[in-house]
Formats: sequence, C-alpha cells, structure tokens
Amino acid sequence: MKKSILIAAALSLMTWGSGAALATSEPVLIYDLGGKFDKSFNEAAYSGAERYRIETGNTYKDFEPTNEAQMEQALKRFARKGAPLVLAIGIAYQTPLEKVAPEFPDVHFTAVDANINLPNVQSVSFREDEGSYLVGMIAAMKSESGSIGFIGGMDIPLIRKFGAGYTQGARSVNPDIKIMENFVGATPTAWNDPIRGGELARSQFARGVDVIYSAAGPTGLGVIQAAKEAQQYAIGVDSNQNHIAPGTVLTSMVKRVDVVVYESMLAASDGTWAPGNAVRGLAEDGVDYAVDEHNAALITDEMTARVEEAKRMIIAGEITLGE
Amino acid sequence: MSTRAPTDLPRLVDVGLIPALNLLTALVISGLVIWVLGEDPFEAMSLMVSGAFGYGEAISYTLYYTTNFIFTGLAVSFAYRCGLFNIGGEGQAVLGGIGILIAALLFKDLPGLLLIPLCIIFGAALGALWAAIPAWLLAKRGSHIVITTIMFNFIAAAFLSYLLVGPLRRAGAQSTESEDIVSAAQLMPLHDVFAFLGMAEGPANMAFVIALLLCLFYGVFMNRTKWGYELRVVGQNPAAARFGGISANRGIMIAMILSGAMAGLMGLNEVLGVQHRLVTNFTSGFGFVGIAVAFMGRHNPIGIILAALLFGALYQGGAEMAFEMPAITRDLVVMIQGLVILFAGALEHMYRPALNRIFANPKKIEAAR
Repeated sequence: MKKSILIAAALSLMTWGSGAALATSEPVLIYDLGGKFDKSFNEAAYSGAERYRIETGNTYKDFEPTNEAQMEQALKRFARKGAPLVLAIGIAYQTPLEKVAPEFPDVHFTAVDANINLPNVQSVSFREDEGSYLVGMIAAMKSESGSIGFIGGMDIPLIRKFGAGYTQGARSVNPDIKIMENFVGATPTAWNDPIRGGELARSQFARGVDVIYSAAGPTGLGVIQAAKEAQQYAIGVDSNQNHIAPGTVLTSMVKRVDVVVYESMLAASDGTWAPGNAVRGLAEDGVDYAVDEHNAALITDEMTARVEEAKRMIIAGEITLGE
Repeated sequence: MSTRAPTDLPRLVDVGLIPALNLLTALVISGLVIWVLGEDPFEAMSLMVSGAFGYGEAISYTLYYTTNFIFTGLAVSFAYRCGLFNIGGEGQAVLGGIGILIAALLFKDLPGLLLIPLCIIFGAALGALWAAIPAWLLAKRGSHIVITTIMFNFIAAAFLSYLLVGPLRRAGAQSTESEDIVSAAQLMPLHDVFAFLGMAEGPANMAFVIALLLCLFYGVFMNRTKWGYELRVVGQNPAAARFGGISANRGIMIAMILSGAMAGLMGLNEVLGVQHRLVTNFTSGFGFVGIAVAFMGRHNPIGIILAALLFGALYQGGAEMAFEMPAITRDLVVMIQGLVILFAGALEHMYRPALNRIFANPKKIEAAR
C-alpha cells in the first residue's frame, strides 16, 4: 500500500502538478446531497460557517457532493490535504466517516446528525422530537378545526422522528385531535419538490386541516405558499422560516446546525476542539421553537406559557418522548 | 447499421475527427462560461484532465464511474438495437442492486466463489424482471415502452425506499441503508488485483472486468448469434422480420430481458464493489447517463467503452474541479456534462456537411448522382 501511495504521489507531481499535493489550513464543510442553498438544513450549516468567516476573518472551503461515492471521496481528499477540520453535514456520512476517520487519525472530523464514537470525531445529533413536540402543541392549540397535518420529505427514520414528536405534542394538548400525515416521495427529489409539497398541503387543507408542519427541506416552501393562499397556518423547519411569510408561518422548529458548525470551526481554530458524541435537545439549545417579530402576534401568552411549561418538563425529564 | 448516417467520409474522419471536434466545441463553450464566472478556463480544464487521469486514485475513480456507465450503456444498446428505447435503466439497476444485496445476505455463509456468482444471477434476474414487465406489456398490449420503463423507475425507487426503511434497514441506524455484506461477497478492488502494476488505492474493482467481459458478450451476441440477428432485424423492420418468420414479440422480450440484466448488474459495482451495502439513491442517475453513453458509443461495444470512459472522466474530473475551484459548483459540472451530450450526441452531425465538402470522394458523389 505504501508503494502505491508513493507512486500516486510521484504521478501527481509529474503531471500538471496536480492539487493533490497542496496543503490547506482551512476548515472544510461538506454538505448533504440536498445542496447548499436549500433554505433549510444545509443552509443552516452554511450560515454557521459564514458567521465564522465574518466574525473571525478566517476562510473555509465547502463542497457539494453529487452522489454517495463522492461523500467518501471528499472526506478522504480533504483529510489527505491536511485540512485541520472536516465537517460533514447529514446522516448519510455515518458509514463513510466510520471508514475514513480511522485512516486519518490527525484530522478532526465533525459530523452533524450522525452518531460516531471515534477518537478524532465529534458527532452531534439533535432531539428533533423534542422541538417537534413543542410545535405540535402550538399547532394543536392554534387549530380551530381540531385537525392538523404533517408533511414529511422522504420517508426515512429521521423524518418519522419529527412526525412522532409532533403527534405526541399535539395529543398532549388535545387527545382527540386528528392528525393527517403525508410523505412527499421515495427519492431524494422529495426534498426539492415545492410543487408537490403545495399539492399535498392543499389537499390536507381541503380535508379540514388548518395547521401543517412540514419536515421536508425546500419542499416545505411549497407548503408555506399553499398555506398563505388558503389563509391557514404552516410551521417551518430546521432554519427559522418565520420571515418567509409573516402571518402564515405560525412558528419554526429550529435545529441549530449553524451553532454546531460555528462552534466547531471556532474551537478548531483556537485549539479547543474535542471529540465526543453529543445529542443536543431542548436543554442544550439544540432545538427550539422560534418566536420573533414575524409571528409574535400569532402566539398568545397562554400558548407561550403552556409551551414553556412543557419545555421545562421535557428538560427536567418529567415528559418522556417516543414510545 | 441503421444508427449510422450515410457517409462518404473516410472512416478515420467519421469515427475520430467528428467526435473530437464535437468534444472540443463543448469544451470551448464550457471554457467561456468558466471565464465569465471569473475562473481561469485553462486551469479548470487542466484540473479536469489531471483530476481524471493525473494520479492513481483519480484513475481509480474514473474507472469506477466508467464501470457504471458501461453497464447502463450496454443496457440501452441491447434494447435500442431491437428498436426499443429503454429509459428504465435507473429502475432496473435499483432492482438489480436489491437482488444482489438479498443474495449476499441470504447466502452469506457460502464461500466467495459461489456467493458472487449467486449475487450476479440474482442481480441480473431482478433487473431482467423489471425490464420484462414493460416488454410484456408492449408485446401483449402495445403499451409504449418509453412511458412504461420511465414509470417503473419510480416504482423501483419507492420499493427500494420501502425496503430500506422497513425490512432491510440496518438495525439501529437512522439513515436509509442496509446491513453490510460479508467480506466474501465483496469484489476485489483493482489495486489488489493489479498490485504488481503499482495501482493506487481507489474504488475501482473487479466489476470493471465483468463490465468489459459483458461488452465482449454484447458484440458476439449481436453480430455472431442467431438471436442477435433476429433482434436486429426486428429493430430495423418489424414487418420484414414477421415476413421472414421472426417473432417480433420474442425479439422484444429477449432484448429487454438482456437490457434489464445489464442495468441490474450495475449493482455489482456499487453494492459488492464500493459501498458494500445498499443505500437509497445508489443509482444516482447513472441509468440516465447510460442513454448518452450508448448513443455516443453508437451501440458499438468498443464505442460504449470509450464513451463510458469519457463520461467517467467527466464525472471524476468534474468533482476535482468542484473540489479546487470555489466558483465552480456541482451545477456547473452538470452543465459541462450536458454540453458534451448536446454536441457529441444530439448535434452529432453538425460538422458533417462541412467535412463532407472537404473530405468527400468526388467519384462517389458523382456515382450517387
């Protein structure tokens, strides 16, 4: 193996002076397949990295893979070039990272959504069900028709977790509430299909639903649009989406991927980065419901009081989620 | 051959100069776009070439993509030579991958020499089944093959997603992927097989060799067997085939079954060769690129290998470009690939009239008049 690496290095020096031999000192951010500007999950990572760039003046590199094989390739490539920190966004990096990280013990990796126990990996996942529980409560309290909706992107376990928390939260307010659940599709295009998201939302509204929570990335923008047209409510996801349609977006279940990316880059630059496996829930400010000037008028004091109470109880362990 | 336009050009111009000119045009236009975006087009192009062939691992990645494109390109060609447009390579590859994984999990206690052939049989069989249903619908009901094969892609994707969320899901995993296959089922990477050549580590594996063997099979089958002959006659003129005692329906079934089997075997590269597990979306659009590969390769086995190599290099070199140049996103890489398809595939004959005037043999033209 050593021999083949030598030959590869020699080859790369001979031809073109390929970039493979150049070193980099910038942290590298690798997105999920959904792409950088999805107004949701990946974009949250991007905004965290931008915050790091603006506040510290340091630069970073980023890369959008087009297929599964490129995930492993990108991890290896940036690790080999000596990147001090490689951040991998999304659950799909679980297996590639388990394979690549041990090969590069000197490189630090931060994985978002994955769950990895290795000495040079920091993995952070989120209690999406806790945040979804709270927005489920808000949905149930706001609903006048007694039926609310959930629209998931691709039908994968992670998204079912969003739906489960939402359902449990809504039932805690109104045990008889009717919950309609739809998934957009079975391929990754499901994350990027606002037209279909809008269609599903309209059909749910037509059947009496008056609040819809979408956990579907950019597809959710279609849900928000449909809610605006039907003068009903939508709940945003991952990033704070309240500003997209003030008066229509009831609240957003924010998942602070940006904070993880920002903190991890900062820690790497001042040398305090540490490996470990963390789960961020309500207690760690990893997830939350968003209230700002765009939706303050929609959330009454009574609603806030009940949600804050539930939040306290979840943090204290008095409410357990997921059965 | 029905797929080749009538030409008076010397063969070297026809198969060498025209594709080269088309490719050059596509690259020049890509270069202009890169220049407008504020990057150096020459540096970008040299990154693309060195990224595809410049060092050992790059070559391995190029061959890995090439392998996928040979499988899906062959799938399109098998059907097209019978006059059928199989756009379902994507779905057939999904089913093939499922078959390969199921075989690898079911017979995991067998030694590799038995296990891998079983995986091949399962993968080919499920891929073939997925193509046989649209073929049967065409033969019996006259359903349009383009429509049915496209629709079957969605059914396959939904089925894969169902399996990976449900029965085949890796225990305790949040992501949609299956259990890992046993090491006996894994195809040997090329850098181990050709260690004596000093090949660098990378994803290319024995599936590449299998793909090359299938190209040989394709060439022999089409040109040297009775079935291949029947299939081509059906493709060129179904009425004449019927008149000559050849069953068009049988030709359709054989062509589509072989086509689906080829696409299904793409899973060998992905499941047994690289990922060692089944993941959603492992086909990543390779099935669709197979259409471009087959047409650029003019449904000729050598042509398919060369076209697959070109697209493999574009995929790997394009990734390299996106790694290195911040202004170049993956969308631009797709655009460059699209331009190559446009000029080398769709506008294939753009330069032909001009070249005809330059190279044409005056006597032949006289004779044609």
